[in-house]
Amino acid sequence: MKSIKEINAKIKKGEAVVVTAEEIIDLVGRKGAKKAAQEVDVVTTGTFGPMCSSGAYFNVGHSKPRIKIGGGSCKVNDVPAYTGFAAVDFYLGATAVPDDDPLNKVFPGEFKYGGGHVIHDIVSGRDVRLEAAAYGTDCYPRKKLETLLNIKNLNEAVLFNIRNCYQNYNVAVNLSDKMIYTYMGALKPRLGNANYCSAGQLSPLLKDPYYKTLGVGTKIFLGGGVGYIAWHGTQHNPAVKRKENGAPQAPAGTIAVIGDLKQMKPEWLVGTSMLGYGVTLIVGIGVPIPVLDEETVKYAAIRDEDLYTQVVDYSEAYPQMVAGSLAEVNYAQLKSGTITVRGKQVPTGSLSSYSKARDIAEELKLWIRKGDFLLTEPVAPLPQADSGYTFKALKERPIV
Amino acid sequence: MPSKRIVLHFPHRLVDQPIVYKLVKEYDLQFNILKAYVTPQEEGLMVLELTGKEDNFKKGVEYLQSCGVRIQPLSQDVIRNQSKCTDCGACVPICPTGALVVDPITRKVLFYDNKCIACELCVKICPTRAMEVRF
Repeated sequence: MKSIKEINAKIKKGEAVVVTAEEIIDLVGRKGAKKAAQEVDVVTTGTFGPMCSSGAYFNVGHSKPRIKIGGGSCKVNDVPAYTGFAAVDFYLGATAVPDDDPLNKVFPGEFKYGGGHVIHDIVSGRDVRLEAAAYGTDCYPRKKLETLLNIKNLNEAVLFNIRNCYQNYNVAVNLSDKMIYTYMGALKPRLGNANYCSAGQLSPLLKDPYYKTLGVGTKIFLGGGVGYIAWHGTQHNPAVKRKENGAPQAPAGTIAVIGDLKQMKPEWLVGTSMLGYGVTLIVGIGVPIPVLDEETVKYAAIRDEDLYTQVVDYSEAYPQMVAGSLAEVNYAQLKSGTITVRGKQVPTGSLSSYSKARDIAEELKLWIRKGDFLLTEPVAPLPQADSGYTFKALKERPIV
Repeated sequence: MPSKRIVLHFPHRLVDQPIVYKLVKEYDLQFNILKAYVTPQEEGLMVLELTGKEDNFKKGVEYLQSCGVRIQPLSQDVIRNQSKCTDCGACVPICPTGALVVDPITRKVLFYDNKCIACELCVKICPTRAMEVRF
């Protein structure tokens, strides 16, 4: 019905009709999908939650004399970064912690500062300390480097997250008799609380469940700047069971994303400490959905009530890799504040900020309306639900 | 000299008795009444800021307790750093008194510090450590 080219022409003229993934629900409810598809050009989505497979790579420029950090070691604000590249490139992962962090030795560990926090400090424009050690070569004689760095002086600072934006996620509960501390937060014993982590009806991949409008090369809102979908994310698992509306009933698709950290904002990349678990980074992502036809609108208008996920025990089933769900619940139930599991009313908590997801969808809407943000044609699709692509468990084999 | 803020709960039987003046007379503590009320047939509640030497403070509190006054630390010991809070809601099911709730419309987290009992459970579980203890 419409092409991305036609939508872009309207965006350039400032005539595009852009609504958020919440607003489209209301619009389709009032006018029907056919009418909404004619009126609307773009639906914006958003999500703001902890995403551990995030990190950034940097090129700090060559010192005089030169040093080959590559193959050596380096730390930024005491947090180790990966140096297995050329001379002055390194990658800092969100979950990295300082060598002297007490970790979980005094349980539950606090994990006060790590990679996620360093990325937040860098994007905030704060100076950070680089300490590097190298073995020295004829062409790179220097063995030690200690300097302050600031993002504005780096050659490249690029956020490159290998798995973000999970299409749906488990609800975590604890069936055991003691408190447990997980990446899904603190879980009180005997079904004391149920924690979820998805923006539901605002979440990017839930609003295009079969990845029909997005793919490799799709331009997105990333950390307050412009980014792109680089690839499907690790653990991409499109073949999980789906409801009639196409929405997966368990964690499914993921995306790898990339973008210039220099344009991003600290508000949308926040270092995070999960008690007893570790450090991570909260990432803000918004994906625009071009309204190509009535079908796109139908998917984009799926409501919290119709998005389901599984309740999983994180005291035993999750750590021991035992498949199974205690209950299937929808996001409207989760957002009501309590769900029912095994006949018990369980209070819910969210790790993903719905209000921030809403802010992201609104911000992206503004960018597109102002004509600042054109949509892109994907250059390759993500592995589709019928592609046979799956997420496999590790089969261990003895080393002989 | 250090000051501390505490909440005093007076049982019904103590409401008509002079008690707090002794903190000045016997224990050399200055007090500033931040809040006080008596509910008929129920109890008296008073929020005091006490300033004085550490051991006098300790003795003063012991005196109050010996009279039957129940003492509780003040909720404002725990504050929310708005610039750090992302309104995720991880704290909500952890809070035992319902002082942290999600607004159903805005989906922002509301902190009712009058309901907070300063148990500090939210402090370490907050992913961005936005809940801070004020000393």
